[in-house]
Amino acid sequence: MIQFALKRLGIAVLVALTVSMLSFSMIYLSGDPAVALAGEGASQEDIENVRRVYGFERPLIVQYGDWLIRALQGNLGHSNYLKADVASVIFERLPTTMLLGACALAFALILAIPLGVVAAIRANSMIDRVALTIAVIGQAMPSFWLALTLILWFGINWRMLPITGTASWLNFIMPSIALGYYVTPAVMRLTRAGMLEVLSSDYIRTARAKGLRPMTVLFKHALRNAIIPVVSLSAVQFGFMLGGSIVIETIFAINGLGFLAWESIQRADLPMMQAIVLVFSVFYILLTFLADLLNGFLDPRIRVA
Amino acid sequence: MSDKILEVQDLTIDIPTPSGTLHAVQKVSIHVDRGETLCIVGESGCGKSLTSLAIMDLLPRKATRTATRLEIAGESVFDIGERRMSDIRGNRMSMIFQEPMTSLNPAYTIGDQLSEALRRHKKVSRGEARDRAVFLLEKVGITAAASRLGQYPHQLSGGLRQRVMIAMALMCGPDLIIADEPTTALDVTIQAQILHLLAELQREFNMGLILITHDLGVVARIADRVAVMYAGQIVETGTAEQIFKAPAHPYTRGLLACIPIPGQTERGAHLGAIPGIVPSLVGRMPGCHFASRCPEVRDSCNSAPIPQFQGAEPGRSVRCLLADEAAVRQPAQEGAA
Repeated sequence: MIQFALKRLGIAVLVALTVSMLSFSMIYLSGDPAVALAGEGASQEDIENVRRVYGFERPLIVQYGDWLIRALQGNLGHSNYLKADVASVIFERLPTTMLLGACALAFALILAIPLGVVAAIRANSMIDRVALTIAVIGQAMPSFWLALTLILWFGINWRMLPITGTASWLNFIMPSIALGYYVTPAVMRLTRAGMLEVLSSDYIRTARAKGLRPMTVLFKHALRNAIIPVVSLSAVQFGFMLGGSIVIETIFAINGLGFLAWESIQRADLPMMQAIVLVFSVFYILLTFLADLLNGFLDPRIRVA
Repeated sequence: MSDKILEVQDLTIDIPTPSGTLHAVQKVSIHVDRGETLCIVGESGCGKSLTSLAIMDLLPRKATRTATRLEIAGESVFDIGERRMSDIRGNRMSMIFQEPMTSLNPAYTIGDQLSEALRRHKKVSRGEARDRAVFLLEKVGITAAASRLGQYPHQLSGGLRQRVMIAMALMCGPDLIIADEPTTALDVTIQAQILHLLAELQREFNMGLILITHDLGVVARIADRVAVMYAGQIVETGTAEQIFKAPAHPYTRGLLACIPIPGQTERGAHLGAIPGIVPSLVGRMPGCHFASRCPEVRDSCNSAPIPQFQGAEPGRSVRCLLADEAAVRQPAQEGAA
């Protein structure tokens, strides 16, 4: 198990390095960064000054190495727009986004896994069809539209929930649903497919032949095996949700990383965008790594690989 | 107290299909005594596996079963509900399946899967369940039993897994074990070991054993009594000796002709084969199920259902008009043979 974990960790680090290179190269995405930083109407001399101050005249590899070392030390640069340290701004916003992501994923899993299990046990029944309908609607409905609909009904017409901000846990209900609902269909269908396959397997027949209670057969023997692909999928979906949080946080005016990303894009705040991409990516890699570990724990056969 | 561990009467299994009802098992009656091995023999699709699953009440959901009697040690277990049935499964009767490679849950250790069978039915501590698991793993010939408890199924070979399955079936000390082709998926050398083991354990624990197989060599080695199944029906029953020495049904004779016997079958001689294929069991067949392939078929075979004729000795029966005629017409000759 330890060997397996180390192997996975090694892969995760390599992926993170690759991502950091991409993230670094973002500075050069819109042409000469010195020109961009110097602003409109800057003289050639000003541009050269900026180039020297920021070290853009050095070879790329040196710039990257320098940037990487500073990033590892927690120094992600300086935002010219906010006149503040990028890292401190990001870490101020990060908890809100993580909380939103966790709530959304929890909502998605709590809805999707039981529905998937029931749909598999009662395959082709009324419940299965209702679950399928929910899945199709979820897949087809854009999350921004769901968010606006929720705001309209629960926020404005019925005045049940606050529509903006992060003042209390009530503020998180609608954003979590809007963000998590998009993830539900894939998780539900995968749970259903996995359960259907596992329930017809020989070892489930063995479990029943042992006289185990139906609930033990279902949860201990079937779900444990059916859930393994769902774990991997959830990690991937969480990545999508980080992207989705840009839209959802903007709609609900939640001061998280997604909102910050949107603001930074509008302000052309390059160091900030660069850092957000990096943080999102590292977080995503971390989740995939944790999902691998969890799968290794769930399925002893994976540990060998 | 009756010595009958299992008594099944008129077990019938129907499976609905798009083209009509499949009469997979038709009025099968069997019984097993304590300490006795009953072999159910027949080719693929004759309904022998479904019969065993029906006894355990583990049939696929769409299949329906009926029976006039289904008793374990004199107690009826027909349609007693899933709750009461699950108290009996794995406890008073257990089952060993054909596929050892896939019959164990890949996510749990051997020890966990063994203990859970015992702890479901008996009030025992974790330690006691573990001790019993070690005891039985040693009984089924697994070395270093204690260290195996922490292993996962994928770490064991097919033969070892089948031994684990046997140990698991024995955890609660059942009255009856049903083994559905337990050696089919194993290497030939392992097959003999597993069969030997089953026979030995059955004697030691004085259990009833139903062994389902299509391998007559297996039957010859361990059966006390034999029931030959063909196309959903039992066509012949008798002791192993009766079946092998004096097969009465043309199908049984056909089966026996397929096996070469050292010293008797001449080198280069053609082995027997039964021509034709098993009839479809969708819809009703008017007469004998074997008529289309029978070398001795006559007109009367196809006109009416063939009853199970009882032989002179108890437990001997044949579903064949010819056997009936022979028995009635030539009693003296039969006795002399």
